[in-house]
Amino acid sequence: MQGFAFQRAADAAAAIALGAGAGTAQQGARVRFLAGGTTLIDLMKLGVETPETVVDINHLGLDGIGRAADGGLAIGATARNSDLAHHPIVLAEYPALSQAILAGASTQLRNAATTAGNLLQRTRCMYFRDPASACNKRAPGSGCPAIGGAHRMLAILGTSEHCIASNPSDMAVAMLMHDAVVHVQGVGGARQVPLDDFFLLPGDRPERENVLEPGDLITEVTLPPAEPGARSCYLKLRDRVSYEFALVSAAVSATMAEGRIVTARFALGGVGTKPWRIPAAEAILAGQAPDAALFRRAADLALAGARPQRQNGFKLELARRCLVHALTQVTA
Amino acid sequence: MPDPHSEVQAAVTLRVNGAEHTLSIDPRTTLLDLLRETLHLTGTKKGCDHGQCGACTIHVNGRRVNACLALAVAHDRDEIRTIEGLAEGDRLHPMQAAFLQKDAYQCGYCTAGQIMSAVALLDEPCGPEDADVRELMSGNICRCGAYANIVAAIQQVRGS
Ligand SMILES: Cc1cc2nc3c(=O)[nH]c(=O)nc-3n(C[C@H](O)[C@H](O)[C@H](O)COP(=O)(O)OP(=O)(O)OC[C@H]3O[C@@H](n4cnc5c(N)ncnc54)[C@H](O)[C@@H]3O)c2cc1C
Ligand code: FES
Ligand code: FES
Repeated sequence: MQGFAFQRAADAAAAIALGAGAGTAQQGARVRFLAGGTTLIDLMKLGVETPETVVDINHLGLDGIGRAADGGLAIGATARNSDLAHHPIVLAEYPALSQAILAGASTQLRNAATTAGNLLQRTRCMYFRDPASACNKRAPGSGCPAIGGAHRMLAILGTSEHCIASNPSDMAVAMLMHDAVVHVQGVGGARQVPLDDFFLLPGDRPERENVLEPGDLITEVTLPPAEPGARSCYLKLRDRVSYEFALVSAAVSATMAEGRIVTARFALGGVGTKPWRIPAAEAILAGQAPDAALFRRAADLALAGARPQRQNGFKLELARRCLVHALTQVTA
Repeated sequence: MPDPHSEVQAAVTLRVNGAEHTLSIDPRTTLLDLLRETLHLTGTKKGCDHGQCGACTIHVNGRRVNACLALAVAHDRDEIRTIEGLAEGDRLHPMQAAFLQKDAYQCGYCTAGQIMSAVALLDEPCGPEDADVRELMSGNICRCGAYANIVAAIQQVRGS
């Protein structure tokens, strides 16, 4: 691991001031915030992250979980994934979020991992994680050996000719389905970014993964109030039954009246370069009676434009079935 | 390549199994390396060093975490418990005794991590079934495949 100076930020303003000198908040940042460390320390050991300064943000009082002003949920940036998954409001009103978190990593990791850290975890693409390999995300312009190489786990949606790395977060998929908003404080003040706009597609700059700029500190994530009477769930399909990243996953929620769907929403994980949500695909479900053929049509819409590679074409049908199964469960 | 920051030292006070240690360390030091190399508490094992195997599981402020992904400097004044801190004198922790009784290991390399996870699990929300235990123990890999007996040992302690 490359050496670094360690700082414990006294308050958010101090953390932001230190972060402002990072050069970039994306790949190659010279200053990194330390939350749970389960992504950052891992990547520093691999030489993928080489910050000169590491700023501990675990003592800023950003670990609360409670009601948001609008009656929704306010989740502190450093709240632990375990605490969020087991929180009474989450269990009662956002069960898909609890299920998504508990389907990820291990108890040990979830005890350390935080809200913001989870959103900012990096792809598990083996070329990204290996500094001896080319990788446009880690070393811009060096090429993408995953295209034509080992890419069974990687994305089929939102890819570009420069990068097909999948976003590995389970939590983010459930948050996206719930219209999460990311609250950021930076050198220019505070701003709120809907989660779907927070993540960027790789395009020709795969080293840029989100809208964060140097100094930007995520302070909390909010979810609007859950729809009354909605049923939701998170379904994750993977090579092992536990402690494995998703091949495909779906977070779904629906409200029903008189045997018909009133509203339905869903997001897909494991398939995209970012957590994947297509509102137009959800819209065709409203007013309809639940039906496998209908759900399949919605899945086809959500997966339109998928560009599988040689090894991951199976994800297309697996994602369809995953979504159909999850929608069937919440509308039964 | 010369390392521009290799001389950087940071002060930290750690409370390990009830004893306080004030140390000056390289900020790169993980809790795992500090426990093993500096404090010579070698019961905690290094398997993968990347959060993937659970051999390094310890308790920080009563919760189990992977010591390999924790920077020691970030745990100033935290309460740390390792496998060495479970027994009271010669009296084994019930989980240690159950692992012996149920033959819940073969080579023993994963065992400290398994036991630290299992002890923490006793205070976590966990359903009654073997499958519930297996799910919550999935962060601890056993290359010898002692899983069946590990689950049996944990269930014995939970049942008592
Ligand atoms: C073996 C293993 C298996 C895993 N399996 C899964 C899985 O199945 N599903 C899943 O979803 N995840 C999985 N994970 C990933 C895990 O969920 C993440 O590592 C974790 O959520 C990261 O959170 P953290 O707090 O530890 O982040 P850190 O490592 O502390 O930080 C990650 C990044 O976010 C930045 N950051 C942190 N907080 C802030 C903030 N407030 N503002 C701005 N920037 C910030 C840091 O600077 C760093 O760049 C796995 C990880 C491991 C090691
Ligand atoms: S050594 Fe820490 S998880 Fe493997
Ligand atoms: S007993 Fe050998 S690794 Fe578990």
